[in-house]
Amino acid sequence: MSLVEWLVEPLRYPFMVRGLAAAAAVGALCSVVGSFVVLRGMAFLGDALAHSILPGLAAGFVIAGRGDRRVLFWWGLGTAVLVALGMGWVSQRGKVREDTAIGIVFAGMFALGIAMISTVRGSSIDLVHFLFGNVLGVSGGDLLLIAAFGGGVLIVVALFYKELVAVSFDPVFAATLRLPTGFYRYLIYVLVAVTVVVSLQTVGVGLMLAMLITPASTAYLVTRRLPSMMALGAVFGVMAGIGGLYLSFHLGIASGAAIVLVSVAGFLIALVLAPRRGLLRRAVRGPRR
Amino acid sequence: MSPRPWRRFAGHRAPVVHRPDAAAISVENVSVVYGGRPALAGISFVLEAGEYLAVVGPNGAGKSTLLKALAGLLPTSSGTIAIHGHEPGGHVCIAYVPQRSEIDWRFPVAVADVVMMGRIGRIGPFRRAGTSDWDIVRRALSAVQLDGLAGRQVGELSGGQQQRMFIARALAQESDLLLFDEPLAGLDIASRDEVLALIGALRERAVTVVVALHDLAVAASAFDRVLLLHRTQIGFGSAERVFDEPLLRSAYGSCLRTIERDGRTVFIHDAGCDGGDHEPR
Repeated sequence: MSLVEWLVEPLRYPFMVRGLAAAAAVGALCSVVGSFVVLRGMAFLGDALAHSILPGLAAGFVIAGRGDRRVLFWWGLGTAVLVALGMGWVSQRGKVREDTAIGIVFAGMFALGIAMISTVRGSSIDLVHFLFGNVLGVSGGDLLLIAAFGGGVLIVVALFYKELVAVSFDPVFAATLRLPTGFYRYLIYVLVAVTVVVSLQTVGVGLMLAMLITPASTAYLVTRRLPSMMALGAVFGVMAGIGGLYLSFHLGIASGAAIVLVSVAGFLIALVLAPRRGLLRRAVRGPRR
Repeated sequence: MSPRPWRRFAGHRAPVVHRPDAAAISVENVSVVYGGRPALAGISFVLEAGEYLAVVGPNGAGKSTLLKALAGLLPTSSGTIAIHGHEPGGHVCIAYVPQRSEIDWRFPVAVADVVMMGRIGRIGPFRRAGTSDWDIVRRALSAVQLDGLAGRQVGELSGGQQQRMFIARALAQESDLLLFDEPLAGLDIASRDEVLALIGALRERAVTVVVALHDLAVAASAFDRVLLLHRTQIGFGSAERVFDEPLLRSAYGSCLRTIERDGRTVFIHDAGCDGGDHEPR
């Protein structure tokens, strides 16, 4: 099989074309939002947020049945936003440490979701789709939802860009500028939540974290300014989405896993080859007090 | 600043107008509870516009807490703080610089980006920085001699350059009050002198400056007033008055060492003596 055939063959299938479009869009979106996740050290929160959506999906699944995917999107979106606001609240006011509180919510919600899905007979395939995505099942309507909500997230990031950067870099200073740091914290959580729901069909809740942090971290290793980190991260995310689906098609690997593996491979390459981040950084940064 | 309601929603509130007859900082019997325990009590002083105040005291004395309270970041549990006649919340003229250790220096922002953050309050929401803002940033950078490093990632700067960058941010912010937490910590002598000279140069702009310090000699030589803290206010006034052995002893306890030199008593305090560093975050 020539390289051209290798590249062209999947495109003969409309479901592959839709899948590639979805994976590319999700790869780009996750990297932009994921840049904030990486820089603010919110990886655990992002993972918890993704897993906590499961009961919302399960409720939509139990009530609407497996026929209508569109209903699941709205159930997922509603749950995600509620969970994001709830976690924002818990992480500030909890009686236990922040990560402990998030962990309890995470585990409890995830278990609740699995319990609810398990009540529906013959649901194991659907559960697998929720957990690991079903990018080849993306419909034209799904693509529209991805474009609309993904585009919306990017517009909000662009509108609040300078404030989001300031509260992430130096929250104390941002507070002296009278920026409502609490509002921006919740805003970032909600942006992550919407991103997770938009990306759900591609990689599922189980591997969502990888899409949020891996391409963005790869870009972090090789860039020095946030706009280029986001742009390059988006490129890496698109490459991982498309490359992963090709691997999935030709090697018969689960699509979500293939996408994540390609993005992790990209990260490892950057980690080895990155010109400055590794050694120089360590030498310069050492806190001299 | 536009009165349009969505601006308010996004958090850019119109700044308060300074009262011309009020002192720059007026603190009356202030206590602050931090992390559930009293961090400061009985703080009272007045600072006129353009005066320089050094806040000194052993580690954990409450210096950072006081600066945060002055910036309106921590609520007072009793007493009042007035900045130019108004409570600290509501000003956009307060420039606060945290300790260097509180910043993630790997964050992918360039020096000019950080200085531009000083303009955010003036630019307002949903707007991008204009040419005039970039001009201000350029001038601020050249005032602290960082012109050539504007495009560098912040972690590539030396400690002294990082502090100069924050001074440039305060300049870009057009602040009237600079609150600087331990700007000299960890700097070598040359960078220390540069930073001090730049802080001194703010006198031309009639900026009121409050700096938390460890070095008593610097506090005495470069500042109009000193505030000696150890959870409570031990002394406030000129360095000659406050740096008096009984007062210093009550702040530093056994950490205070003295040597006799040319017939004068020189006070030395051991900055590492008091164990635990500052307030827990």
